[in-house]
Amino acid sequence: MKTTRGSDLVMRIYLVLFFLYLFVPLVIMSAATFNASRFPTVLPWQGATLKWFEALWADEQMWKALWSSVGVGIAVILVSVPIGVAAALLLDGVHKKARSLLYAVMVSPLLTPGVIIGISTLIFWERLGVPGGLHLAVVGQSSFIIAYVMLMVLARLQRFDRSLEEAALDLGATHVQAFRRVLLPHLTPAILSSAVLAFFQSFENYNTTLFTRGTDVTLTIFLASKVRTGLTPAVNALGLILISLTVAGAIVYEIMRRREAQRALAARKAAEREEIGQLAFGAG
Amino acid sequence: MSELLRRYGLPLTTAMTLATLVWVVMMVVLPYFVMVEYSFHRNLTVTEIGGPRDVYTLENYASLFRGTDLTAWEFSDDFRVFLRTIWGSALVTFVCLVVCYPVAYYLALGTSKERAAFMLVLLVIPFWINEILRTFAWFILLAYNGPLNAVLQGMGIIDAPVRWLSGSGGVIIGMTYAFLLFMMFPLYNAIETLDRNQVEAARDLGASTWRVHWRVVVPHAKPGVAVGCIMVFVLAASSYIVPYLLGSPGTRWFTQTIYEWFFEASDWPRGAAYAFILLGLCVAFIMVMMRVFKVGLTDIAK
Repeated sequence: MKTTRGSDLVMRIYLVLFFLYLFVPLVIMSAATFNASRFPTVLPWQGATLKWFEALWADEQMWKALWSSVGVGIAVILVSVPIGVAAALLLDGVHKKARSLLYAVMVSPLLTPGVIIGISTLIFWERLGVPGGLHLAVVGQSSFIIAYVMLMVLARLQRFDRSLEEAALDLGATHVQAFRRVLLPHLTPAILSSAVLAFFQSFENYNTTLFTRGTDVTLTIFLASKVRTGLTPAVNALGLILISLTVAGAIVYEIMRRREAQRALAARKAAEREEIGQLAFGAG
Repeated sequence: MSELLRRYGLPLTTAMTLATLVWVVMMVVLPYFVMVEYSFHRNLTVTEIGGPRDVYTLENYASLFRGTDLTAWEFSDDFRVFLRTIWGSALVTFVCLVVCYPVAYYLALGTSKERAAFMLVLLVIPFWINEILRTFAWFILLAYNGPLNAVLQGMGIIDAPVRWLSGSGGVIIGMTYAFLLFMMFPLYNAIETLDRNQVEAARDLGASTWRVHWRVVVPHAKPGVAVGCIMVFVLAASSYIVPYLLGSPGTRWFTQTIYEWFFEASDWPRGAAYAFILLGLCVAFIMVMMRVFKVGLTDIAK
């Protein structure tokens, strides 16, 4: 592409500034963890320390909140993945007209603000006599996380060769056998990655949890309240740990996604080659 | 249905249908309806339930506007917060669009595929980091004795430290940072499908850089612009954490008003009414964007 040197330079400067803008805040926040100052800041630098990690480690409330978040995350996986798979299969099999309406209803939670999902969940269950708490946080979060699972499974389902299933049924497999031995193995990669995504989505959720949690505290709720009241660099230590985990998770997820994409590409190429081979064979 | 039965048999089909119904009915549709129905109730004490005051009313909706006199340019507190939320979210959306467009264009068409792939991974990392942490980072940066003031003073741009966190500025800055990437990826995806030859052709035919963008790239990127704007606006309008951490009492957001009606004033019906108004705002914005940019729901859900 031919662009004048001048505009090229401007673009480069802009990109550098943009990436600085993206990363400098996170770096500063992380750096503040190691400052001995009582407040989370980098200036003035009062010497490097690890004492804020120790303070965090000794914080019982933090541990309680962490285990709550982990528990909620696991519960969300257990609720969302089976329902998401079921919804994807159902959507894939219904008539065209019903499909577009059902699809619209199913993806609507993804466009609904998290606070609204939290509020409607809270009111609905409160009227049935169920008060807020971690269990309600699971329900509220799942209502939109299922939609993510559904979309991921649906995407994988589009690449399923239905003749395999037909063959299994023709050869005398029961419906359950065909499902377990043919369809489910095909869906497994999507199910696994959607489970990972569901956990992350739940773990970092704040808006929906805020309204459904009752008096329980998850890690994000703990983090937010710590920033407002009782802010010490221990909060940064927690932030740094979470960022490290997220970055590691994001990298693993990226690698998985790419490997999956490459496999799909390879499969398509192999299929094309086979087709060409057959054509050549037919012509010969 | 017959198709499902043929493929999966009766037990599996029943299980699938039940699971889906639990989700769609119990977790999505009914809660919406119950919330809306609830918003037309008065906030009653236990003894009043079933009594003469237990009727449907529009009071909770009207209360948003009570005390508002447009001719005198006077607004009720809640309505002022509502207007600030609309205006602030629109501003954040616009700033995100302007900041992201050059980068998205560069990644999609201005550089080699390998380089773009590497930069996209760099973008994905902060995208995965929790909204609270991204906001907290700015809480530290924008502090009165914080690094930003120190740097600006050191460079001689400002004489005295600025109180970033006492006006709406901090909230807008924080939201732009927190939601920026929700604009970047839809924009990039849309521009990426443009054939480079079209840009080349326009340039060969003598179009200026500005004209190439306005007449070739932007029209092609319309769906991406729409999706990005919808994402950022809805996230900004419904954000609680950013105004909570970076705002002050004078810069409350509508979500904070809703939270207060629920958990401080214990007036749930009014909170529900306000929540429905917020939802209405988001739906209205989505409708307008879909109409203006002519995109469907399927494009958005990607």
